[in-house]
Order: sequence, then C-alpha cells, then structure tokens
Amino acid sequence: MNKLEYPFDSEYILKKSKSIRRELSADGTKRTHKKIAVLGGSTTHDYIRVLELFLLNYGIEPEFYESEYDQYYQDAMFDPKELVSFEPDLIYIHTGYRNIENLPVPGMSREESDNCLNAEFDRFKVMWKHLADTYHCPVIQNNFEYPFYRVMGNYEATDPSGRVRYVNRLNEMFAEYASVTEAFYIHDINYLSASYGLDKWIDPAFWHMYKYMCSMQAIPEFAYSLSHIMKAIWGKNKKALVLDLDNTLWGGIVGDDGPEGLEIGMETSVGQTYTEFQTYLKEQKKIGVLLNIDSKNDEENAMAGLEHPAGVLKKEDFIEIRANWDPKDRNLIDIASAINILPDSMVFVDDNPAERMIVADQVPGVNVPDIGQPEEYIRNIDKNGYFEVIGLSEDDKKRNDMYKANAERSHLQAAYTDYREYLLGLKMKARIAPFEQLYYNRISQLTNKSNQFNLTTLRCTVADIEKYSLSDEYITLYGQLEDKFGDNGIVSLLMGRIDNEASALHMELWLMSCRVLKRDMECAMKDAIVKAARAKGLSRIYGYYYPTAKNGMVKEFYMTMGFEPVSEEKAVRLLPPDAAQGSSVWVLEISGDYENDNNVIEVEEGF
Amino acid sequence: MTREEIYEELNEVFRDVFDDESITVDDETTADDIDDWDSLEHINLIAAVEQQFGIKFNMGQIVTMKNVGEMVNYIEANVE
Repeated sequence: MNKLEYPFDSEYILKKSKSIRRELSADGTKRTHKKIAVLGGSTTHDYIRVLELFLLNYGIEPEFYESEYDQYYQDAMFDPKELVSFEPDLIYIHTGYRNIENLPVPGMSREESDNCLNAEFDRFKVMWKHLADTYHCPVIQNNFEYPFYRVMGNYEATDPSGRVRYVNRLNEMFAEYASVTEAFYIHDINYLSASYGLDKWIDPAFWHMYKYMCSMQAIPEFAYSLSHIMKAIWGKNKKALVLDLDNTLWGGIVGDDGPEGLEIGMETSVGQTYTEFQTYLKEQKKIGVLLNIDSKNDEENAMAGLEHPAGVLKKEDFIEIRANWDPKDRNLIDIASAINILPDSMVFVDDNPAERMIVADQVPGVNVPDIGQPEEYIRNIDKNGYFEVIGLSEDDKKRNDMYKANAERSHLQAAYTDYREYLLGLKMKARIAPFEQLYYNRISQLTNKSNQFNLTTLRCTVADIEKYSLSDEYITLYGQLEDKFGDNGIVSLLMGRIDNEASALHMELWLMSCRVLKRDMECAMKDAIVKAARAKGLSRIYGYYYPTAKNGMVKEFYMTMGFEPVSEEKAVRLLPPDAAQGSSVWVLEISGDYENDNNVIEVEEGF
Repeated sequence: MTREEIYEELNEVFRDVFDDESITVDDETTADDIDDWDSLEHINLIAAVEQQFGIKFNMGQIVTMKNVGEMVNYIEANVE
C-alpha cells in the first residue's frame, strides 16, 4: 500500500488508521501470524496502533501483549502469567531517555558518572539476559534519544557528567552488547530522532499529559522504523534492485546525448548527485543486495553508458542486464526468473512515473518507490528499509559474486551436451553436517527467506535453531556447496523429528536455496539424512509438503526423490490439524539396501 | 470561520478518527456520548483536530476542556 511507504503522510495515517486497517485486513492477503510483546516505559497505545498497519502491509498479522503503563521492567523480570502464556515470538522494549534511572548530575566526578553509566547498563543487561533465558525469542531494544535541554550547553557533550555524553556512551554500550549477542537488536531512535529533528520529536506537553515518548506526529516514522527490524527478522526483506538507466543512474539519455554527454562525475553538481547515488547503490551491493538493470535502450548504448569512466557502477556490478525495448514489467519478471527469486522480492527504481505505474500494476508485490528528484533518490529509497540489515553474514557480503558465478555456470552449461558431464565439470564439493553454532544466524536467515524450494516453510528464529540443534529428538543437517566458480555457502537445511515408537523420522524442515537448483544437491542431502536416520536405528522417513502461495515448485518433490505417497487415511493422522488444504505426506522405507542418489558431488560428512 | 463551518469540519474529523460515518457532534457532546472515545483516543482526536484547523491547543486548554462546545470555543478564538 503506497500510503504506508516513505514519503508518507503521517497526519493521514494517524487520523485514518482505523479505515486503513480495515482496508488492509480485507485485501485477501494471507498473512503470517506473530505474537509481539510490547514492554513499555511510557504509553504505547498509539505506537502499537500504527505499528500494526505497517506490519499488516508487510504480510504479518500481529497479535500484541501490551504491558501496563511503565511496567516494562516488572513485566520483564517477574514473568507475569499473562506474558508467559502469551508465548511471544518477539519482545520489544519501548524505553527512552525518560526511563533512564541513573542519570549523572552536572558536576559529578568522572568516577561517579561512570558508576551511573555502569549501573544503568547493568540494569538493562540483567533484564535482557532474563528475557533471553525465559522466552528464547528475539528482543528489540530502543537505544536513547538526546535530552531536550542542556544545562551545560555544548560542554554536555564533553564532560563525563554531561548527559549528551552519557547518552553517547550508554548507546555505545548497548551497541556493543547487540553486536555480540544473537537475536538481540537495537532500534536506533538516536538516529531516528536526529533525522526527524529533536525539537519536533520531543514534545514536553505530550510527555506530561500522556507520557508519550515522542510527539504524536513522529509516531508513524517511529513505528515504520521499528517495523523494518521486525519484518527483517521474519524474512520479509527485499532481495534485489531493478534499476533504470537514463535519468536514474545518470543524467541525460545515452542514446541521444552519447556517453560523453551524460551527467555523471564530479564536474557538475548534477553529475555529483548521480555519482553519489551510484555510490549508494554500490554500497547496497556490499551488503548483498542484487543489482540488475531494466532499461529501454539499445544494448550497445546502455553498455557505452556503463563504461563511462566517471561511473561508479560498472557492468560487472550487475547480475542481469536487460537493455531492450520490451515492456519493463516483462523484463522485470524475466530477471526474477533468471536469478531464481520471486518478483515480489524486488524493488523497481525508475525516474519515469509512467514506467513505475506499469510495473506496479502488472507485477503484484513488487515495490515501486516514488523516488522524486535526483537529489531525493537516496532518501526515498533508504527510508523505506527494503533491505534492513539485522546481522551481516559472510554470505550476504559474497552474494553478488555467487550470483555472478551462477551466470558463468550457465555459460559453461551451454558448452556441454551431456548434463552429467556438466555437473562433473563443476567439480562440486559439499559439506553436510548438523547445525553448528557458528552458522545459527545464517541458518535462521535461510529458514526465513526461502520460499520456493521449501517443503514446510517452517520459519525459525536463532533461538529456535539453537533449541533444535541441542535437542536429542532432532536430526539437523545443513549443506554447504562449493564448486570451481566459488563457494555458494550454506544452501540447504534439513531437520527431522525422531519418533522411536514408529521407528520414523518426520521431516519438519527441508529447504534449498534456488541458486543451486538442478545441481543434485538435493540428492546429496537425501543420502545424508538417510544415513543419519539409519544410524539412529530408524527404518522410515516421512516427508511433509505444506502448500503456500510460493512453493508450488516442490509439490512433487518427494515423489521425484523416490518417496511413496502415504494413504489418505494415514496422512490425516500424521498431518497437523491446521495443515493447509492440499498438504501431503510421503514415506521412504530405509531399512533395506540403500544406494546413494548423488554421484556428482564429493561430500564431506560432519556427522 | 463561523461556528457552523467549524462544526462541519469537526464532524469530519470525528468520523475519521472513530471510523463512524454516523457521528454528529454539538456543543453538549462529551466523551460519554461516543463509544470509543476513551483517554487514549482522546489524544489522537486532539492531534487530528489541531492538524485540521492548523492550531495548537496549549496544555491548560486540553486538560480543562469539558465538552465539544468548549473545544469549538478554542478553535473559534484561534483559527483565522
């Protein structure tokens, strides 16, 4: 919904929240239900009201637990029955400057100020640890905005007893804690309030009358920013940018003006603006966003533009380039299928409103921001948090290289007539092993963003992954695949629940990244799970398929892997009561002889 | 702006905030007359009224307002 994307009209959202909510709820979207506990140090009502809209818009249907006014600490520390039985999927701690209990007083000594700082940090740390141990779910914690007055003026930022400096130091301690703690995230209201304008952000009247942490008008920005972290945790991030060229990546039209006539580079202010935008996009690439081009141009001209010596982005920075005269929506869908991601995980960036409209109309789910004028492009994309980072894995940093290598593999494939020869030519090596702590983050991330090759679409937080890994009841396996073009990282996850009574393993998770489709990795994973199950003395494996809007490609997966369909009567007993229409159960008997399916990947077993 | 004109716009604000097209307010209307008008919705309502008329109530006014009539008095005095 466009009115819930930046730049949005905050007043409108606040005033019309009820009708927007009605509209969203009635649009027929199938949403993921999530339970969010909001533990507030101030009034949270309107924050929740607006947060709900943004989450609904992201395909998440939230259910809230709201602590009583200013009861965040008591709720967090003393396990109230209502909160325990609520079983939150996520806990958000809504605190700010007004909740600091150990503020230094101007003129305090360095040592006294340090004591205040450590006391405050410890107070929070004890709470976070208790929450992590009790609820095993992700926690989002606000850091602190600056105070709205400064007794010592600028010296507040220098003296240890200055509250500006104190907030800086406390925020740094929060950040350090978050950077070494799994499933713990900082909501950066320090940046947010600065970006909004501190004097507009802090409304003393609102605090004294209603105990609102920020002004009413700032609540939509607040809630939007918070919703970015939540949707990123639950796998709703975008994956790719699809970019226009003329007047988007550079000023001018390369076909008319020639590469020499384009505005890019440091000579003019307009050129500098485009250079900054290209730099911004190149930085996106570094965090794993896939860059692509969808431009109405002769290919030759497009390439000439990309070879401009002042350009920051080069041809090699893009995964797929479509420079032709086809409709842009068709190119976009084509790009999506070429890199094996869904169109709704793409963001289309084009200066031309007419092109944006066509793409928005023709490709449901794709984001099409109104990017405004060149000097506004960055802000209008950035504030939407499409690619909100909640932790950078090695895979994120290497993702573009991996997709690039995929494109090279397709070229190699064309050179072979026999597919098996091609696979052997890739010299693939896999490591298959139980989930390891080092990879919990990546594993959780994969469960949250794999949609297509995902049999059960079981979403797991880092805490869930840890629980399964440590449990005796589960067999877990991850598969990492590399070949002569590079390392694909962790690409497949399997998890089965051991049922000794039925001498069976129930596959609760089986997923694979689409970037390694048709490489026989699924065969290697099957061989491994069979071996692991036999080692536990089990004689059969049950596979489950739960259909979603996106996983149609694996409907027949278990059949192709040699599983037999289970009788309908038996399937009813095995399926969970809330299984979707069209769910199916398959079985593979493994007590007899078993011959490995994979004979093209060299496997190193870690189990 | 006349009182009638103020009421016309004010009714729209009430209908938006409470998402109820049947609402019509007058001088005597209080929070007791509208189902959803609790202390939390009151905050939202005040913000929406301020935005609609381009005015800002001060704290003293907000906490002493007894009915819609008094709200309209403030609006009348402040709006251009």
